[in-house]
Amino acid sequence: MRGRWWPMAELTTLREAVAELVHDGDAVALEGFTHLIPFAAGHEVLRQGRRELELIRMTPDILYDQMLGMGAARRLVFSYGGNPGVGSLHRFRDAIEHGWPRAVEIEEHSHAGMANRYAAGAARLPFAVMRGYVGTDLAERTRVATIECPFTGERLVAVPALRPDVAIIHAQEADRCGNVQLWGIPGVQKEAVLSADRSLVTVERIVDQLVPRPGGVVIPGWVIDAVAEAPGGSQPSYSLGITTRDNDFYREWDRLSRDRERFTAWMHEHVLGVAVA
Amino acid sequence: MTTALEAPTAAELQTIAAARLLRDASSVFIGVGRPSTAALLARMVHNPRLVLVYESGTIGAKPYHIPLSIGDGELAETADAVVSVPEMFNYWIGPGRIEVAFLGAAQVDPLGNLNSTVIGDYEHPRTRLPGAGGAPEIAAFCREVVVIAPHDRRTFVPRLDFRTTVGHGDGPGDRRRLGFTGRGPTAVVTDLGVLEPDADTCELRLTQIHPGVEVERVLEATGWELKIAPDLRRTPDPTAEELAALRELLSR
Repeated sequence: MRGRWWPMAELTTLREAVAELVHDGDAVALEGFTHLIPFAAGHEVLRQGRRELELIRMTPDILYDQMLGMGAARRLVFSYGGNPGVGSLHRFRDAIEHGWPRAVEIEEHSHAGMANRYAAGAARLPFAVMRGYVGTDLAERTRVATIECPFTGERLVAVPALRPDVAIIHAQEADRCGNVQLWGIPGVQKEAVLSADRSLVTVERIVDQLVPRPGGVVIPGWVIDAVAEAPGGSQPSYSLGITTRDNDFYREWDRLSRDRERFTAWMHEHVLGVAVA
Repeated sequence: MTTALEAPTAAELQTIAAARLLRDASSVFIGVGRPSTAALLARMVHNPRLVLVYESGTIGAKPYHIPLSIGDGELAETADAVVSVPEMFNYWIGPGRIEVAFLGAAQVDPLGNLNSTVIGDYEHPRTRLPGAGGAPEIAAFCREVVVIAPHDRRTFVPRLDFRTTVGHGDGPGDRRRLGFTGRGPTAVVTDLGVLEPDADTCELRLTQIHPGVEVERVLEATGWELKIAPDLRRTPDPTAEELAALRELLSR
């Protein structure tokens, strides 16, 4: 194949990318640690009516509150389900406390555990080794095991690799070959893409050439399946240097999401009823 | 001419007391809310070289505004370094590079263990809380932990509904047995006073009460029989500089 064909990310539309890459029942990781949360892509998944998803994400945040509240998930894997700086995620709570609109199975970890699980998945290792979980009630409620270091005999904790069917992230820029660059808080964006079987990256803009940025993370296009332009696609979170975090919306969400009917009406008006390219 | 400052509120006293604990610290790991406000205040009035580390991977952030989230853009823009989450936990927190951690919790028990997972039964929770986040490993490996919590019987409970984060575990020696390198909670700062673990039993005792607070009130607001340190002291009144700086910070 060499010289005739290069694998590279397909530049496509968000609608086509989601239709092709995200299937009912998939384990889907939409990542972004406060920054670069792929709202536009998550909303497109909802518009296309995907069901029975296993949703994976360190910090469920508003996007997963919306996806849980619309009943798209059968299972949630996470480490912190709050509205940062504001309080509860009401749809997340309603799903777990009352099974509304459907019961959701949960698997929860610490941040360190989730981050290491992604890193192990990216490395195609079966598990990651770390210190943690011991002495907590979490250890009995989640998937961890203790192992002995073969060199020192120290007791350590193993966490199983995360291997999502599909990872979706947002980034600032891609070039026309689908090479992606993001900067600012990198979260687990790169690990999520590399841990998954398939990946979609939405970007603020397509550029002719990527200009290196301080702290920039570049993900080569040939490990990504699809890149779709989605300007403003991380709002109400943000894309450093291009958009700003809409902190007012995060506060407003506390009111919008408390009541089931008000939430559902809001989703129909602002997410499901919106046409995109 | 000086303008007389209004008397401090309980929330202000709590923030100011927490900030004072960072006077000699080299670095502090912080979540959002009052811990973040206290750390910014400490940088303003006590310790301008204090390194602020946020869970989002921003090391040495110097925000002008109090961030709403741990990942606000201003944190990344002003940081010395911005690292990924795996790097934050594996290279920075795990090896004990960060001196003090400020943590909050929904429940605190007499040994400084914390619950941020559920109220009620795990399978059928009365209240589902956000969950662990970074707290278990932060509390295990930062060199010391300061808990910041509101002082009421709902928070200070004799027994946790769920142990999310180990403070002093089951008592003396437990942290060592678990392999934790940090000292664990050295203070719990509330809006009424400060609790510190007893050197022999690790049990939290009242060591400090804030101005205007009676000991009786602290005992009533604690869900177990709180012991009082023999050298109980009164939190020194906020200085005009502390109070003015805090109010200016909150008004930004």
